[in-house]
Amino acid sequence: MNRQTNSRMSNPTKLTPTPGQTVGPFYGYALPYEKDRELLAPGSPGSIRLQGTVYDGAGHPIPDAILEIWQPDSEGNVVHRTGSLVRDGYTFTGFGRSAVGKTGVYTFTTVNPGPTEPGAAAFISVAVFARGLMNRLFTRVYLPENEEALAADPLLSSLDAERRGTLIARRDADGGLTWDIRLQGEGETVFLDFEGAAAGGAAQ
Amino acid sequence: MPEDVNLEIFNADPITEDVSDAAPQAETGAAPKKYAPLDAAAESQAHLSAEMKSIGEAYAKALKDGAPAETQPRLDYAPYRSSVLRHPTKDLHHADPETIELYSPAFGHMDVHALESDLTIQHNGEPVGERILVSGRVLDGDGRPVAGQLVEIWQANSAGRYIHKRDQHPAPLDPNFTGVGRCITGADGSYSFTTIKPGAYPWKNHLNAWRPAHIHFSLFGQEFTQRIVTQMYFPGDQLFPLDPIYQSIVDQDARDRLVATYDHDLTKPEWAIGYRWDIVLTGSKRTWTENEAFGTAGDESE
Repeated sequence: MNRQTNSRMSNPTKLTPTPGQTVGPFYGYALPYEKDRELLAPGSPGSIRLQGTVYDGAGHPIPDAILEIWQPDSEGNVVHRTGSLVRDGYTFTGFGRSAVGKTGVYTFTTVNPGPTEPGAAAFISVAVFARGLMNRLFTRVYLPENEEALAADPLLSSLDAERRGTLIARRDADGGLTWDIRLQGEGETVFLDFEGAAAGGAAQ
Repeated sequence: MPEDVNLEIFNADPITEDVSDAAPQAETGAAPKKYAPLDAAAESQAHLSAEMKSIGEAYAKALKDGAPAETQPRLDYAPYRSSVLRHPTKDLHHADPETIELYSPAFGHMDVHALESDLTIQHNGEPVGERILVSGRVLDGDGRPVAGQLVEIWQANSAGRYIHKRDQHPAPLDPNFTGVGRCITGADGSYSFTTIKPGAYPWKNHLNAWRPAHIHFSLFGQEFTQRIVTQMYFPGDQLFPLDPIYQSIVDQDARDRLVATYDHDLTKPEWAIGYRWDIVLTGSKRTWTENEAFGTAGDESE
């Protein structure tokens, strides 16, 4: 309401966002919930597994990371249904949460997301949290199939080939998707900034 | 709710605040790597404080020379030793949010019971400690209330102990306190929790490392790009200058945004001390007047 005369012309934000902080080590009794990683029941028609490992800069799996995914349904519709925290077994809400296990592996049961616009590349939005990670990181995992759509994707086409590859999942023989996250080092996953350079929070 | 805490999930979580990141590797079968785990216990607070001071001074100088204020924590903040191998070394890549990112998962009262916002009634007896109320509003960067969204909190008990098997701090567990709460924000973005003031707790980042008392907060906005997890602190904590997690936000004004204020109007006579803390998410990137995104949804024409 106030502070309309903000000088940052390119950024309409009028209030300064509250800083994030690490999720810490002890989220394990707070954030996970029953069926948190099952966007639909495992084995149900159309369900696939999305899985992968979260690695640190030394190439070691991170045993204390937690991931969230948010995606459209298989038709590309953005879902507006509640019920993510109390799964009823048939309502697809598009949201899931998976803490990694001892070996750094996360797993979701979900559907292949559809493109939200005709011809767009289909992807799942991901937020990554971990002990030792000072702030959450956003990224995306794209389906590998539609080469044409991937080539035309504004984000992917702004990346060189090696970095681009970090955002594209591998299709497994069973129809599932495998996608690893590397927080640092060789093959470092592309993490996203939606705020523009002026908003802070970028790696120093 | 406490009796619903899924102990299977909770016990499966191999979480430790010990910074020897290599410890779990033995179970993974991964090839041994060259880096040596930091022997954090050998490092003194004075050593860490000097490191933090030097980063703070460099930031103050940059600010003076015209650099923009940093409003978020640094991802690369070596005094928090666990961050050394867990921060991206490349700059975050700018992306314009696309359809799915311009919306947020929907949560509602079917997801969260009204009683989940009171952390003092989850067991048969009253938890030990100073009963407090923590209330505030969740706003977006344009000052709009974030209505009907999920807020999750978790915290240590009044003795500074988390109900987590890997928390080895020899302080008592409280059988009447789990330390987990949730609520759905009101139409004005308001939230309110009844809980117990958490104690400071020791961690092993360095010798004699203590976290200032804090409550972890997890928040959703109206767009997934607004998602944050953060920590709320209490005013006047003497541990602020010593804590690498709090100090990872190098800007004092930004740090202050994580500190609640005591609010006597919120304090209830003969009942509880009140703290107020408002949370601001990033600004909206969606055009709210038109839902153009829905027009073509479902058309897999490719």
